[in-house]
Amino acid sequence: MSVIIILILASLAVALTFLGGFIWAVRSGQYEDTCTPAMRVLTEDPAGAKPDPLSPKHSKKP
Amino acid sequence: MNTNVETFKYDNRIVRAFAIATIVWGIVGMAAGLLAAVQLFFPEANLNLQFITFGRIRPLHTNAVIFAFVGNGMFTGIYYSLQRLCKARMFSDFLSAFNFWGWQLIIVAAALTLPLGYTTSKEYAELEWPIDIAITIVWVAFSVNLFGTILKRREKHMYVAIWFYIATAVTVAVLHIVNSMEMPWGWMKSYSMYAGVQDALVQWWYGHNAVAFFLTTPYLGLMYYFLPKAANRPVFSYRLSIIHFWGLIFIYIWAGPHHLLYTSLPDWAQSLGMVFSIMLIAPSWGGMLNGLLTLRGAWDKVRQDPMLKFMVVAVTAYGMATLEGPALSIKSVNSLSHYTDWTIAHVHTGALGWNGFLTFSMLYWLFPQLYRTKLWSIKLANYHFWISLLGMMFYIVPIYVAGVTEGLMWKQFTKDGFLQYPNFLETIVHVVPMFRLRAIGGTLYLLGMVLMAYNLYRTAKSGKFEPETEAQAALLPRGRETGVGFHRLLEGKPLFFTVLSIVAILIGGIVEVIPMYLIKSNIPTIANVKPYTPLEVLGRDLYIREGCLGCHSQMIRPFRSETARYGDYSKAGESVYDHPFLWGSERKGPDLAREGGKYPDAWHFNHMDDPRSTSPGSIMPRYSWLLTQALDTNSLPARLKALRKVGVPYPDGFENGPAQQDLSAQAARVVQDLKLGAVTAAPDREIIALVAYLQRLGTDINLAPAATPVAVK
Repeated sequence: MSVIIILILASLAVALTFLGGFIWAVRSGQYEDTCTPAMRVLTEDPAGAKPDPLSPKHSKKP
Repeated sequence: MNTNVETFKYDNRIVRAFAIATIVWGIVGMAAGLLAAVQLFFPEANLNLQFITFGRIRPLHTNAVIFAFVGNGMFTGIYYSLQRLCKARMFSDFLSAFNFWGWQLIIVAAALTLPLGYTTSKEYAELEWPIDIAITIVWVAFSVNLFGTILKRREKHMYVAIWFYIATAVTVAVLHIVNSMEMPWGWMKSYSMYAGVQDALVQWWYGHNAVAFFLTTPYLGLMYYFLPKAANRPVFSYRLSIIHFWGLIFIYIWAGPHHLLYTSLPDWAQSLGMVFSIMLIAPSWGGMLNGLLTLRGAWDKVRQDPMLKFMVVAVTAYGMATLEGPALSIKSVNSLSHYTDWTIAHVHTGALGWNGFLTFSMLYWLFPQLYRTKLWSIKLANYHFWISLLGMMFYIVPIYVAGVTEGLMWKQFTKDGFLQYPNFLETIVHVVPMFRLRAIGGTLYLLGMVLMAYNLYRTAKSGKFEPETEAQAALLPRGRETGVGFHRLLEGKPLFFTVLSIVAILIGGIVEVIPMYLIKSNIPTIANVKPYTPLEVLGRDLYIREGCLGCHSQMIRPFRSETARYGDYSKAGESVYDHPFLWGSERKGPDLAREGGKYPDAWHFNHMDDPRSTSPGSIMPRYSWLLTQALDTNSLPARLKALRKVGVPYPDGFENGPAQQDLSAQAARVVQDLKLGAVTAAPDREIIALVAYLQRLGTDINLAPAATPVAVK
């Protein structure tokens, strides 16, 4: 059962990496704006640069 | 602010390559699944070819649909969305191509080696060591490409999907490396570095998290990207998606032991796994609701748009599977469900519903984008939707019924206290009609897949592929607003080296530490348990090669229904020399943990030649090639040496002479025993080794003076 130590260490390493990522995300202001990121996804395609030849049903533009 | 606007191009070629691979391997993987499903009620469907017999085709099916179909699907979506979310081309075109061709080569290698019987037998990690190394290299290439693109992004905010991709890249690397620690004894063959209960724990820590971080997190990222796209609405709550992500990844990794409930894993580890599994409902359902609520006010679109239909079923299936998973992790539920087809139904809710339907939705959306055209036929896509949904129902519902039926029949006692169905065969024959229905469901699902392939092919023909999409964005003002030291540390080039060195340290450290560390703890707690004899080692490797554990567990749980049927419950100390462990996860046939001595050698010989000669109605395939193929004894020294290296105490020099003598003597004894049953066999055939192994199973402990007599049925 001592292998569980290895698994806990590996899992903790992963978890701590993510904790670091989380702290970084909060401190660098990743989550200051929780509204526009969701909107931006819909408009980020460079379709504006070209005529939009898509089917209206599946177009990103309303 | 920086107004330095740059023009750049998104790489669509890599997206198209992965998308085509997804479709091709999807059809191959599902066809393999259908072949396996048919053999469960018509064993002759293997055409008496060892290469396509259930035990070998099942791992091919699982590997193909997980790593080839979903794997390529995941890369398709990531390579498309990541570039657009980061407003940057992929970090390196070379790494993109390396990722693509490397991954396809790994799949081809799997498709060749698994039918040939090269397998580690560890579920969803069956591929042998050279392929494991290739997977590691390709995965690192993918990770560097991913992080490189994130670093050169022109959009400060990292959309939630990117976080899901990061979690996938990091965690899959760690899981794969830890679980694939093996000691090679030949080109394409190895023994797991862990044994018995330790191997089981590592395997299911991997197995569970492979579901979590290969089948779930990347696809959640895709959901958060493609669902808003298809619905043309922002996600219901971006805040909830952030909570979904962080909640999920911190809880997921601790839930693995729920695959080992009531086995010889220590009880506290089982309970811990169960608690974390139940906690998982919260983030999972948060995510599912977030997905479904994104469609609020857009349900009229769902009626018309096949892409959204697929998406709705995918997200709903995610919700169902993530409610069922925690439920199955409750020990009392698991005591009924484990080893039955219930588990198979559960994973297919996830695989067919969540992964399959989300992939279909994404591909239907993506092809018109890549080819700058409309979908060739909305109607055909709708047919695909209904056929696949019907196929899914025909698959899942009968298998649920089969699973619950099996569980209840195994546990049923008569009023007098005997097993109601003492013969395992009765219970499996009873659910064979369900297996037939399941095959119909699988056929429908595969048919839908073919319809999609045709529809997308026609879509591609009707449009013109755009290899690169031009885009413009301003350069990110680096280090001004975000000039914290911590940030710089994370963002600078050292990150690559950090990623690479973490991988290197992990591999190096584990290789160094594990053997010496684990061998000490593998000293048997039961004095009678001895290493396998040379002939049994060869027999055990044949058991692994034929994939016997696809249908036969070797783990008797401590229930009256199990001890009455199979014998005393399994102890952790009994599998200390099992590299790899062979506890199994599924019973299409009886448990074999105490098979030794139950039947004469001749019974096993005849049973392997034709199972229906000894057990009428059996659904086991014939293994007649074992009777004719010569046993490979040349590699015996290499095998014994590798086993000694991972801690099995064979005396020094045993492999140079004594082992061969031992082997010949035992083979002669088996041949002698076979004669008693009027069977004549040569001592150098594979069947001799397999019979020797089967007759050894679970017998050591009975030599103990304190062993309690058990009723064997």
